Amino acid sequence: MSAPSLGKDLVGLEPLSAEQIQLILDTAEPFKEVSERAIKKVPALRGKTIVNLFFEASTRTRISFEFAEKRLSADTVNVAAVGSSVSKGETLVDTAKNLEAMRIDMVVIRHGSSGAAQFLGQRIRSNVINAGDGKHEHPTQGLLDMLTLRDRFGRIKGLKVAICGDILHSRVARSNIWGLTKLGAEVGVCGPASLLPRHVEELGVTILPRIEDAIQWADALNVLRLQLERMQAGFLPSLREYNRVFGITNERLARAPKDLLILHPGPMNRGVEIDSDVADGPHSVILPQVTNGVAVRMAVLYLLAGGSPHWAGRGDER
Amino acid sequence: MRPILIRAGRVIDPSRGMDGVADIYLEDGKIAAVGRDIGLPDDALTIDAAGKIVSPGLIDLHVHLREPGQEDLETVASGAMAAAAGGFTAVCAMPNTDPVTDNQAAVGFIVSQAQRAGKARVYPIGAISLGQKGQQLAEFGELVGAGAVAVSDDGKPVVSSHLMRTALEYARTFGIAVADHCEDPTLSAGGAMHEGIVSTRLGLKGIPAAAEEIMVARDILLAEHTGGHVHLCHMSTRGSVELIRRAKEKGVRVTAEVCPHHFTLTHERCEGYDTNAKMNPPLREPEDREALRQALRDGTIDAICTDHAPHHYDAKEREFDDAPNGIIGLETALGLAITELVEPGLLTLCDLVNRMSTAPAKIFKLPGGTLAAGSPADVTITDPKAAWIVNPADFFSRSRNTPFGGRRLTGRAELTIVRGQVVYQREQRAPTGRSG
Repeated sequence: MSAPSLGKDLVGLEPLSAEQIQLILDTAEPFKEVSERAIKKVPALRGKTIVNLFFEASTRTRISFEFAEKRLSADTVNVAAVGSSVSKGETLVDTAKNLEAMRIDMVVIRHGSSGAAQFLGQRIRSNVINAGDGKHEHPTQGLLDMLTLRDRFGRIKGLKVAICGDILHSRVARSNIWGLTKLGAEVGVCGPASLLPRHVEELGVTILPRIEDAIQWADALNVLRLQLERMQAGFLPSLREYNRVFGITNERLARAPKDLLILHPGPMNRGVEIDSDVADGPHSVILPQVTNGVAVRMAVLYLLAGGSPHWAGRGDER
Repeated sequence: MRPILIRAGRVIDPSRGMDGVADIYLEDGKIAAVGRDIGLPDDALTIDAAGKIVSPGLIDLHVHLREPGQEDLETVASGAMAAAAGGFTAVCAMPNTDPVTDNQAAVGFIVSQAQRAGKARVYPIGAISLGQKGQQLAEFGELVGAGAVAVSDDGKPVVSSHLMRTALEYARTFGIAVADHCEDPTLSAGGAMHEGIVSTRLGLKGIPAAAEEIMVARDILLAEHTGGHVHLCHMSTRGSVELIRRAKEKGVRVTAEVCPHHFTLTHERCEGYDTNAKMNPPLREPEDREALRQALRDGTIDAICTDHAPHHYDAKEREFDDAPNGIIGLETALGLAITELVEPGLLTLCDLVNRMSTAPAKIFKLPGGTLAAGSPADVTITDPKAAWIVNPADFFSRSRNTPFGGRRLTGRAELTIVRGQVVYQREQRAPTGRSG
């Protein structure tokens, strides 16, 4: 049976098939081990040049991509919007075409506008990987969340995953919804109605109005970061009330019918969406998520560059 | 000026309920006669219109011609030529120019540029407020004296209900309509498309239907209160249609227009972040499109307008959030209306001419919209069966921003006469060839 390929770009999980998502997760398995070695390097992308084009501030995702690239032996350049020609008013398409003229192989893009990665991918020949575009998708985050769930539960199919918080503005939520539902998980969304997007139930998710409902229902909670600027925009009255009504606390988790796995894409607002004793507690997989992030990004880079999943060594069918 | 005899066309004149084969004789810039077997004067130019529709010239109540200020996108002359090529003999130019058309000199400039161009007539619309800032009323009397046919702050909503009320009252003195772009900016701020399942999927900030409907409701209440005439620009939602229908039943002085893109496309067209599908008001849902079509049929919506909004290709060649709103429409409106409304049997050709000529003329009290003897000799000859494919490279407009490139349409203007003179005649070539 021939394995599916990913195509030229990874702009989101919505356009991917279940087989393609499975392929990435399986390809990530052998790459986990690379990061555990004393010499953390394989030659898979030797000679490839990759630009990390970050139009928005990012620490975790940018560093994770950079490690993934370096551990695959690629040559990488980081371009931050501030201090580049972007701040002189250059358009995205001009920036991209100039990079392409330098004969790069791949672009990892983080951008504040939804659709920016797709826009770029349609205009340059290099592979484009979306590292987060506006409120649209953050596919590698969705993938690393799924890999972490699979590590703990041994499967995705049939799991009940509740995504909690600001669904409206969250690209992490959208990538999780697409990825998890395609692999057969049940997805619930929980948050104040002012932070749920219109007709979100048409994406195939269950709306859980109260955090207590989510805790009763779910096998795992993916707790989103609450952007502090949402208060100024009038979506919420106060952080204090958010914590009191929607915060994940040990007290609330104690009433769950089973132990819940706790995920968070970071960076956390401790004491707002999640209490410290939960974040640091036994059911939190927040740091394993970060570790898996490097492996998943290695897998994506490797597959888009044309690498064979057999070489990387596929994991068992799960 | 040479008289013109248009022979044997199917003459459609909704102003007199006429639909039948006849000749039309034009002389001295006026309609001289309509009838069978009009004798041929020696010097007349004869146009054979057999198989074609001969109607009063089409009138577009809502265009943006970008002059003064952004002449690289469009000028009064290029816009007037694009209008003529689309079968329009008159267009009304919105005042969001740079500087804003908010004084008599600015109005006079557009009038003189239009005269110099000598193509379709261009009627300026004056601003409601100075600088379109929504604070102080512009001098409606002087605007009208210089040639403005209505007032509007289009592109921007009139946020202050007090200003809207005053404008409606003050406009009564001059017998003009106040045309409003209905949008509650506190609901639409930052929005890039219709708020619905597609905006949820694409992660774009949505503009809810209520942002339009709240202002439609307010304007209707103010029109009722003041007795003024409010004209509602580019309606896009089923809720707006419902509000207008009820207002008309009550006898409120409200008229409304709709654009071809709103009765043709839906928010699904934004998939793939195609910036040529970005406009304000945004493309809505299939139920909205259907309600707009029905509203054109039953007269709840009076007129079809284009909201012709030229933009540079590179302004649209960017992130969806940052791309400007709007598309051009003068050269596709008639074809879209015939293809989308007449061909499916929703409107008769007579209904269509009413919505694109007779009704718009009445709304802003413009000459034209009729073939009655003595009326201006503004005539459009349309081939209702012409099959063609939209090729933006063929447009007379200086801009190319349209979501309809490559679309197959039926019906297009063959010949356009303004003031008794032929201002546009389509070259008889292959359907995709340059048209004129």
